[in-house]
Amino acid sequence: MKTLEELQAIREKMQGQIGLRSETASQTRVVVGMATCGIASGARPVLTALSNAVQEKNLTNIAVVQTGCIGLCQYEPIVEVFAPGKEKVTYVKMTPEKALEVLEQHLLGGKVVDKYTISSEGRI
Amino acid sequence: MMTEISLNILDIAQNSVSAHATLIEITVQIAQSLNLLQVEIKDNGCGMTEEEAVKAQDPFYTTRTTRKVGLGIPFFKQAALSCGGDFHMESEPGKGTKVYASFQLTHIDRMPLGDMNSTLYSLITFHPSIDFVYTYRVDDKSFVLDTREMRSLLHNVPLNNPEVTVFLKNFLMENHEEANEGIYF
Repeated sequence: MKTLEELQAIREKMQGQIGLRSETASQTRVVVGMATCGIASGARPVLTALSNAVQEKNLTNIAVVQTGCIGLCQYEPIVEVFAPGKEKVTYVKMTPEKALEVLEQHLLGGKVVDKYTISSEGRI
Repeated sequence: MMTEISLNILDIAQNSVSAHATLIEITVQIAQSLNLLQVEIKDNGCGMTEEEAVKAQDPFYTTRTTRKVGLGIPFFKQAALSCGGDFHMESEPGKGTKVYASFQLTHIDRMPLGDMNSTLYSLITFHPSIDFVYTYRVDDKSFVLDTREMRSLLHNVPLNNPEVTVFLKNFLMENHEEANEGIYF
């Protein structure tokens, strides 16, 4: 059985570094819909893929967060990107692979991945 | 329908989060000799009246305002009842809610328990201010994850600190594996 002992070491290592990751106005928010509709259509792997990638790449200026139902259940899983000073971008029918593409091209490269946005569905 | 029991658990626990719970207790128990899989999700959130708790099991009732149906609890209930299990909910305003579902382990319609690691991982890391107590038991093998214990060891290091989340992931994975003893539920 793995125990909680290791946490002691983490605590010692992290002392003094706390507060570095606090949210600031310059932070981009990536919001994943996690209501029943989102979860049933596969939001959990999308969320974990995004948060893992952000963590691995140590992208402190990006905050991955959850929300409830966005109200467009037929388009779930939905990922919304709120970049400071820019208009909201809504990505629909996400998969972990598509989400990582969005991370690379939009969040890191600054270029919106048009083919996955809600307007690409031709309805809005 | 959800494809895994773990997704139902995530969904029901999200209800607890919306109910402003500060402590959410999730218990999964598998008893092979009794052919039983039991799930309990208990919170100390705002709770519901008896009448509301009954209504919540009806797909055409919801407290949210975006639309008129709410499927989380009905999905979970249906999943349990369709494989010879049980479902009940207890709630009290101001005290919290308890949701219980059981499944016949070997029933042909029982969906897999699924990825409990991901469910717990996303609940804990995305709600760092809420405490979780997770108990997983397979016959006589079990383990408990209590974020209150983690907090007291970590002091002011938050639960969503990257080092802590890596630890959490490994903790869940290794302990599940050990309890499962090679069986995939």
